[in-house]
Amino acid sequence: MATRALTIEDAKTGEVTLAVCEHPFIVRLCHWANAVALFVMVGSGLQIFRAFPSFGAKIPQKNLVDWPKSLAIGGWLGGALQWHLTFMWIYIATGLVYLAYQVFSGNYKQVLFVPRDVPGVWPMVRHYFFLGPKPLVREAYNPLQKHAYTSAIVLGALSVLTGLAIWKPVQFSWLAWMMGGFHWARLWHFLIMWAMLAFVFGHLVMVVLHGWDNFVSMLTGWKKDPEHPAE
Amino acid sequence: MDVRKFKSLTRRELLKLTPVIALGAFAIPRLQMPLLKAGLGFSDWASARLFRSGHLAPTFADSDVAPFDKFPINDYDVDDPQVDFDRWTLTVSGAVRKPGDYTLAQIQALPKFTQNTRHVCIEGWDVIGNFSGVRLADFLKAIGADPTAKFVTVACADDYYESIDMATARHPQSLLCYEMYGRPLTREHGAPLRLSIPTKIGYKQAKYLTDLKVTNVLEKIGYWEDQGYSEFYGL
Repeated sequence: MATRALTIEDAKTGEVTLAVCEHPFIVRLCHWANAVALFVMVGSGLQIFRAFPSFGAKIPQKNLVDWPKSLAIGGWLGGALQWHLTFMWIYIATGLVYLAYQVFSGNYKQVLFVPRDVPGVWPMVRHYFFLGPKPLVREAYNPLQKHAYTSAIVLGALSVLTGLAIWKPVQFSWLAWMMGGFHWARLWHFLIMWAMLAFVFGHLVMVVLHGWDNFVSMLTGWKKDPEHPAE
Repeated sequence: MDVRKFKSLTRRELLKLTPVIALGAFAIPRLQMPLLKAGLGFSDWASARLFRSGHLAPTFADSDVAPFDKFPINDYDVDDPQVDFDRWTLTVSGAVRKPGDYTLAQIQALPKFTQNTRHVCIEGWDVIGNFSGVRLADFLKAIGADPTAKFVTVACADDYYESIDMATARHPQSLLCYEMYGRPLTREHGAPLRLSIPTKIGYKQAKYLTDLKVTNVLEKIGYWEDQGYSEFYGL
């Protein structure tokens, strides 16, 4: 998709800068609504987990971890389920609207990880860990970024599917069966949450490293003096 | 483009995100409960739409069934509400042609079905058990229940109460269960009669039944539902 670009002139100084619209409105809207939904889903999910913090049998019950109540949402199992079963609709809706927009606008092309991005991942990882020079990047998103953002979408879809298998293990018995049954679906749902949190952690680290202008572009869409000018 | 024009453009773009702030309504104490109730209600509506009368819950081989002593006992109050088996009857009322007190022998005269099904607790654990009893559908027919009524409600010896939607009550795997693991129900598992409904979450499968009513109107939904749990919770 062609990125929208502008040249900005400062009448006083005569300075001219380039600005590009990196994030279309629908993408920004879905991003922030989904961020809120994900926060609530994780918080309430951990409160739900507190009711039976184990993936073994009920008898004898061996708790995996005593998750602190202060890091959970909902106060009790019933309250947490109200949050979880409400915000799951916002989580799903924002995901679907985002996906539909990306597909129909063609915007997905700039961020979808495809086989030709594979060779570029490792040099980028080396660079981030100060082990190598910064590879030349000709696109808005580098191969590692594409990998991360595409993985996040896959994790989002898997979190919904595993959740559906737990919520409706009879109506979607085939889905639960594919995951190894209700019992395993619950474990997958939990593990996918941690994978998603790992993404969020990396994402936030990169946001901090890339500074204020980069952060603001997720709010306004526009970024002045971009690293990667419009194609 | 002039700098000032660009600034107003970015400000406009920022303001377009205000719908996200609407989610903040969930943080306002006065709005929080009604909003969550609506969200849970929507999930229940979707659950009822997803329920298919002809779709059976998975059944399992005998080798998959958990040992009887590994089948958890969950109560809201007491394990044994001291039911007097000699004088026990199931009191039937509501939209039925034959209301009255039914003895266990009368119920057991209906065809018996046995199934190995998964019992799922809202807490997150699950267990595969062996259940026998009569189909709730057969019993509803025997008492002349109005098939267009919306709910079947039950009351229990321990003051627990529940409501089941008619579509689920008439599902072929929904049992009035009087045996687990080939033996009469033990007291802590709900003797002499309990619900076993593999298309529902555990808290819907009430134990120690004493009353059964067919009705269109619910004064109360269920013990846990009235404290905030899902009203439908079909699996």
